[in-house]
This record gives sequence, C-alpha cells and structure tokens, in this order.
Amino acid sequence: MAAPRSPEDTAAIRKGLAVGLSAAAYGVSYGALAVTAGLDVWQTCVMSLLMFTGGSQFALVGVIATGGVAAGPAAIASAAILGIRNGVYGIRVAPIIGKGRWRRFAAAWVTIDETTAVATTQPTESSQRWGFWITGLSVFVGWNVTSLVGALIGNSLGDVRAYGLDAAAAAAFLGLLWPRLRQLQTIAVAAAAAVIAIAVTPVLIPGLPVLVAGTVAIVVGAFNWFGKPGRSATHTQQTEGGDAS
Amino acid sequence: MTMWLIVIIASLACLALKLAGYLVPETFLERPAPSRIAGLLTVALLSALIGVQTFATGSHISVDARLPALVVAAILFAFKVPFVLVVIAAAATAALIRLAWGG
Repeated sequence: MAAPRSPEDTAAIRKGLAVGLSAAAYGVSYGALAVTAGLDVWQTCVMSLLMFTGGSQFALVGVIATGGVAAGPAAIASAAILGIRNGVYGIRVAPIIGKGRWRRFAAAWVTIDETTAVATTQPTESSQRWGFWITGLSVFVGWNVTSLVGALIGNSLGDVRAYGLDAAAAAAFLGLLWPRLRQLQTIAVAAAAAVIAIAVTPVLIPGLPVLVAGTVAIVVGAFNWFGKPGRSATHTQQTEGGDAS
Repeated sequence: MTMWLIVIIASLACLALKLAGYLVPETFLERPAPSRIAGLLTVALLSALIGVQTFATGSHISVDARLPALVVAAILFAFKVPFVLVVIAAAATAALIRLAWGG
C-alpha cells in the first residue's frame, strides 16, 4: 500500500471519504433515536462501536421503541437478521482483503454496505483495497463520533414526540430501503412485508410482527417469485452504491 | 433481560455474522437461493419496520402525524434529497402537525 498511488487509487480514496462523510451525517439520527427509545448514551455508543452496522442498529432501536426491554429477543433477532447480509458481503470482499488473521478480522468488522459498495465498484485490485479500507476507516470514525453527538442531543430533548422524532425513525428506515426498490421482486416483498407487519400488530407482542413479516422474504426468495431467472437480489444491491449501512 | 444484555448479545451476533462471511468459500454464492433470500430479508425487515414505526402505538394501529411525515420523506427520497435532510424534514412535518392540532 506504500507504493506510489495511481489515479484509480486516488479516486477510490476520495469516494471512500465522501461516503464516510454522508454516513457520519446520519449517525446523529441514530444516536438521537436510540436514547429516545430508552437506551442510555453508553449503550448507544457500544452498539456503534461493536455492532457497527446501521440497519441492524436502527432495527434494534426501533423494536425497543415499540416494545421496550420486554421485546429484547425480537430486537436481537431483528438486528441479527439484518446483519446476515454483511456475512454475504464478506464472502465477496474476502478475496480483495487477502490473507492474514488480524487483517481479515479488522476487515470483517467494517464489512458493511458502504465498504462493499465502494470496494467492488473500483477498477483495479489496488484501488479496490484502498477503497475498502479508507471507506471503512472514515465511516467507522464518523459514525461513532456522530452517534455520540446524536445521543447527547436526544438526551437533552424533553418530549420527543413534540419534535417528531418518532416519525423520523420511519423516514430513516425508508432511506435505507429506498435504493433497494429497483426490481419487481424487492418491491413486492417490501409491500407484502409492510402489510403483514401492520396486520398482525394487534394480535402479537411488539417486535414479533417484524419477524413474521420476514418470512415473506424466505418464501419469495426460495421460489424466486417475481424474480428474473438466475439473478440474485444481493448481487444487484451491492453494486448500487453506499447509501445505507 | 436487561438493556445491556440486549445490546451486547445483538452486537456480538452481528459481529459474528460479519466474521462468518470470511470463513465461507466463495462458491457458496454460486447457488442463487441463499444470497437471494439474504437480500430479500433485508428488504422485508426494513419495510416491516417502516409499517410498524408508522402505524403502531403499542399493540394498537393508529393513523396520526407519522403518516404525513412518511409521505413527505418518500417524496423527498424520490427527488434524491440527502438522507439527513429527509429525516429532519419528516420530523419537522410530524412536529408541526402536532403543534397545529395539539396531537
């Protein structure tokens, strides 16, 4: 990595820094929503450091917001299910990272939507590596700093409903979902999942409706309903850009 | 179950999933169903969370200031407005409606 940088490397580094900046910006909304849901500032920050995957963090906070600590198992399950895709990304980026136990460990920690998107869209092996690590580092630093800032802001507000923060949560999820709504299959799954989750809310304990709605993905994915033959949703997703962690 | 336990278990689970990806051979992705399901799970959960966050109050379904806020967010995302601005606009929409109608 100490070798003189090519124009491709420089472009990858620029891209990584830009993605880090935008992820940092919405760390504030995560931090504020987390303390609003009932986490303290420390718990909010530990999640950003250790879990470090925005979708799962927002999900855990969202389930806790509706069901409290009693919805803990559902909150954990929601976060973990949303974390599965990072494992899939890991399979894809592992060849870019190369060998070495600690290097792979550090890489795995920051294997998320943003790093995968930037790394896999660079033209050369060297720029892929630069893109991955610079994105990982800048998103990690930015996300953690702004999570703390958001938590402190959220703590200083009184009635969060008066500020519309409960509505901000749904908008944040919509922002994570939006770039994925490109194919009929994903749109169909999204629509069905939302309807099912709302429909079963009156009869199930908080947290469970989200998990029940997740079965839509398993059924539609297994039989490839509404899908194009041979194309996987994950593959198109990860090349679409780093709009969501 | 305490909040700390929830935070730690969920965090370690997500970290373990990331690490697991580096142990799986690349040929796993040649089978389309697993990776397709993984991608669709993300979509389904996010969408379900939007539904619940917008309409649920505990175990009740209610239509309130959150729905117009979500509509505003959808319109702004369609016009490619940056994430943070959309979230702020959605919060402001709900806040103003509640201010006006005392909800």
